Amino acid sequence: MFSVDIDKQLGDFTLSVAFQSDAGVTALFGPSGSGKTSIVGMIAGLIKPDRGRIVIGGEAVFDSAAGINEPAHRRRIGYVFQDGRLFPHLSVARNLDYGRWMTGLPRDEAQFGHVIELLDIVPLLKRRPGALSGGERQRVALGRALLMKPRLMLLDEPLASLDARRKSEILPYLVRLRDDTRLPMIYVSHDAAEVKALASRVVLLDAGRVVSNGGAELL
Amino acid sequence: MFSLSPEEWTAVALSLRVAAVATAVSLPLGIAVAWVLARKSFPGKTLLNAFIYLPLVLPPVVTGYLLLIAFGRRGLFGAWLESVGIVFSFRWTGAALACAVMSFPLMVGAIRLSIEAVDRKLEDAAATLGASRTWTFATVTLPLALPGIIAGAVLAFARALGEFGATITFVSNIPGETQTISAAIYTLTQVPGGDAQALRLVVIAVAISLLALVLSEWFGRRAGARVHGV
Repeated sequence: MFSVDIDKQLGDFTLSVAFQSDAGVTALFGPSGSGKTSIVGMIAGLIKPDRGRIVIGGEAVFDSAAGINEPAHRRRIGYVFQDGRLFPHLSVARNLDYGRWMTGLPRDEAQFGHVIELLDIVPLLKRRPGALSGGERQRVALGRALLMKPRLMLLDEPLASLDARRKSEILPYLVRLRDDTRLPMIYVSHDAAEVKALASRVVLLDAGRVVSNGGAELL
Repeated sequence: MFSLSPEEWTAVALSLRVAAVATAVSLPLGIAVAWVLARKSFPGKTLLNAFIYLPLVLPPVVTGYLLLIAFGRRGLFGAWLESVGIVFSFRWTGAALACAVMSFPLMVGAIRLSIEAVDRKLEDAAATLGASRTWTFATVTLPLALPGIIAGAVLAFARALGEFGATITFVSNIPGETQTISAAIYTLTQVPGGDAQALRLVVIAVAISLLALVLSEWFGRRAGARVHGV
């Protein structure tokens, strides 16, 4: 479903990784500073790799040899950030609808209803992000990314900013999401328990390189 | 005890019109320039920045004279502008141009700060959700910078109301056409017995400026609450 083969020099740090996966959740696992977030940023189109090729669902979104570099806003890749990044000036409902609005997709009430049900955000719709708890914010961020009908979901340590109790509160939603949507997902984490609960494939990273690549038994 | 003569009314109305037009017309350009200065790096940026802040440090008479050289009837662009129907010299439009130029640095400064304060991570998030640069600016950057934009506009309006030196140099002091409150006060203080009239205009100038500042504070707080609101 997707393949990544990229090089990037970031100051003194050399990132050079290649991995691929099909459906299901692929975890990028490694200590902080191993380049996980940079990889995800390059897949999303927020950082430009120096060289390489990124293919999603058969379409090259980046290919340095062929001169392809699809801008982030045309890649249709859902991105859930560690810090949520909800738009503070928009209500939860408008945040959720933002991707559909920007991509010009027709309204899909069925999907909207389904997603807000799945993530239990119905009672939050009229609120502003400033009035949400950390866990609620991440659920809304998940919904917002899902509702743009992405081809691939990137989850960059979506639980890292939450305390242990909140984490265990959100994890079941991620499992539901995985089983319900069958979207390919890349899940960035340095928490082995999270990865074991979610991922079918694991890419182990260290210092900008892939150390090993296989099933969840790697952990 | 406090009634204005028709001439005084004319000066007040003209001042308000000149300041409002100067602010409204320069606002889009001010936002664009502020965005470029806040978000872009390019060769010559320091120079552009210095050029925009120039009216703040130049003697207003010099700015007015430069406007005369550039936009006067026989100026560098004056003849060409006149051929397309735009005349600045000795018109209220020229007063508005002088006010716009003089208040532009204040406007750009306030807006630039507010754009710099917008978290670029939110702009990245908008891009991943399918928003092009333009849409990101319109739906994320601009609304989040709104309190600063309002503050910048009000500051520019207040500065434009008080403009004197550049205006009088560029378009002179013609009652009903280019004689703003400031110019009228100046004229009244030059004639015997004009003190009482001058004082009335001074009170009005103070009242308008105070009102503008109070309004900007209020709008700014409201917009701030909306933007960061709960």
